[in-house]
Amino acid sequence: MSIKRFVVGSFDDEAVLFPAVKKVRVAGYKIHDVYTPMPIHGLDTAMGLRDTSIHTAGFLYGITGTTTALSGISYTLIYDWPLNFGGKPHFALPAWIPITFELTVLFASVGMVLTFCYLCQMAPFVRKHHFSLRSTDDLFVMVIECTPKTNVADLEAFMKTTGASDVHVQDAETGWWLGTYSRNIPSVDNAKTILV
Amino acid sequence: MSSLKYESQVRPPLVSGDKSYHDITVDIIRPIENRPSRLWWIGFLTAVLLLCFGIFSVTREVIYGVGQWNLNKTVGWAWDITNFVWWIGIGHAGTLISAILLLFRQQWRTGVNRAAEAMTIFAVLCAGQFPIWHMGRVWVAFFTLPYPNTRGSLWPNFNSPLLWDVFAISTYFTVSLLFWYCGLLPDLATIRDRAKLKWRKFFYGAASFGWSGSTKHWQRHEALSLVLAGLSTPLVLSVHTIVSFDFATSVVPGWHTTIFPPYFVAGAVFSGFAMVQSLLIITRKVLKLEEYITIEHIDVMNKIIVLTGSIVGIAYLTELFIAWYGQNPYESFAFLQNRVNLLSPYGWAYYIMMGCNVLSPQIFWFRKLRRNLVVTFFMSVIVNIGMWFERFVIIVTSVYREYIPSGWSTYYTPTIWEIGFYMGTFGLFFTFYFLFSKFFPVVAVAEIKHILKKAGENYKAEMGPEEKESIEAFAHEYEHAH
Repeated sequence: MSIKRFVVGSFDDEAVLFPAVKKVRVAGYKIHDVYTPMPIHGLDTAMGLRDTSIHTAGFLYGITGTTTALSGISYTLIYDWPLNFGGKPHFALPAWIPITFELTVLFASVGMVLTFCYLCQMAPFVRKHHFSLRSTDDLFVMVIECTPKTNVADLEAFMKTTGASDVHVQDAETGWWLGTYSRNIPSVDNAKTILV
Repeated sequence: MSSLKYESQVRPPLVSGDKSYHDITVDIIRPIENRPSRLWWIGFLTAVLLLCFGIFSVTREVIYGVGQWNLNKTVGWAWDITNFVWWIGIGHAGTLISAILLLFRQQWRTGVNRAAEAMTIFAVLCAGQFPIWHMGRVWVAFFTLPYPNTRGSLWPNFNSPLLWDVFAISTYFTVSLLFWYCGLLPDLATIRDRAKLKWRKFFYGAASFGWSGSTKHWQRHEALSLVLAGLSTPLVLSVHTIVSFDFATSVVPGWHTTIFPPYFVAGAVFSGFAMVQSLLIITRKVLKLEEYITIEHIDVMNKIIVLTGSIVGIAYLTELFIAWYGQNPYESFAFLQNRVNLLSPYGWAYYIMMGCNVLSPQIFWFRKLRRNLVVTFFMSVIVNIGMWFERFVIIVTSVYREYIPSGWSTYYTPTIWEIGFYMGTFGLFFTFYFLFSKFFPVVAVAEIKHILKKAGENYKAEMGPEEKESIEAFAHEYEHAH
């Protein structure tokens, strides 16, 4: 992953963060991400993120489970080893509903969790740089990516006017890695580099 | 209105004390960062000791066979299956709190859901032991799974409720575990980012899956939680329904009852909430979490206990009425002689069940008693004793007297190894619970922060102008400005 320069603004309160997100977007800066200690409803809308379609994936996994159960039970009880239960039909759908339902739920849940981990690139031992250790505690951290055209000093000053309690510049690698958090990230140039 | 809108002012706060986000983190993570207390060690070691006794009892059962238990000609299911249904029932409250109350947008769930979900997982783990070891030849337990094999392929019978149980319980365990762990990820990341010790950094770093708190991740996390809740809700109802099918689809008088599924589910929620109360009253005191698991939470859960207890009571009476009204001599004998008749061999068990489950929870109609911790703790134990006897009454009193008196078995009493197995599952449950309370946050940190401004004591009155502004309107405006 490439090393980029970011301007990092920390906010103490989500009530300040919301108008700040709006101001930054109106000013035309590109928000890399906002890191928050808890889910903030509406922040994704304010940032202009599109809605997640993880539920659609869940539905597809669910019907896969339904199909697996029905076809598996049909194969074993009708074709592979049909048993005569007092002359009752081999295709005993009502008795198959419990297992069909359970497999639907199982496939949908396991599939969705794996999809979630894949989409967020999360797995055991994976590390990600999230700019401030306090963003999982009590700070709301807005990170703006600097493009070659960005005037970093202007951007820092602008961030301060939006109500950020602390603004600084960081060079960081996007994406994830395996290992420790204390590894060294080479600076893009002589800017202040904060390693976490 | 923005999404940060406030809850009714009438409702008492769910987080008491003047808390900031940082205070919440510190308060809840304190037990993880500190050394365990002497009390913790005593509890933990007692649990491990019980577990060892359980392992010993089960080992004897595996070596010498199910003959180690006092099962007899007609009583083939007794303590073992009673304990299975009891533990499974206890598990249900956790899913009810975490899934059904999430769908109903009940914010008080955030204080208790993490511990309740953990309780679910450990209870299901304990429950699963009973049918597995009851198989006797436990080394062929995998025969219950459908896989192509060299015996024909010989498939399990998919029309059998016992196989439905295999699928229901394993699905229930898997889904509960996933749901619980997904909720834990952000909190484990919080511990990771505060960690000073090397092993803690490593352990929580590995366990938190690289959670960063990115808005996009939160958005997916919220969607995932909601859908998992939507899936768990019918799942939890199906699990105890299927457990009740183990009995209801048979033709044994006393089991052959269509009322079983809803009655079992209500009973499960009833006993589960009682167990949540027992655990949380101790946990909040020992870990000093009284400001997060407040009297309000205890009060609300007691309301659920009195409601579900009364539903169970109505089910008991309906059963009796149908046994009399149905005019089936075997059915009415099973109910009116084997259960209701106090002088019959197991009559005493029926009255313990009635007294503990139907009569005693009625004291929770009084607000003062609902909010009394000592009464609540005492009642929660009583309810779980009552619910154990409910399963015992259903299972044993239905089978100990066959259709003809020559098939009436001798009086069934458990052996020490049956009791040891049951005690062992307590050991298993509490060993896990003690480890959980030491290494994981027992209250969902991120979720408490999420409701703080809606339900925190000092936030309920204020609301800034920014928060009144609509985000949707802004997003819409912004889309069209460019």
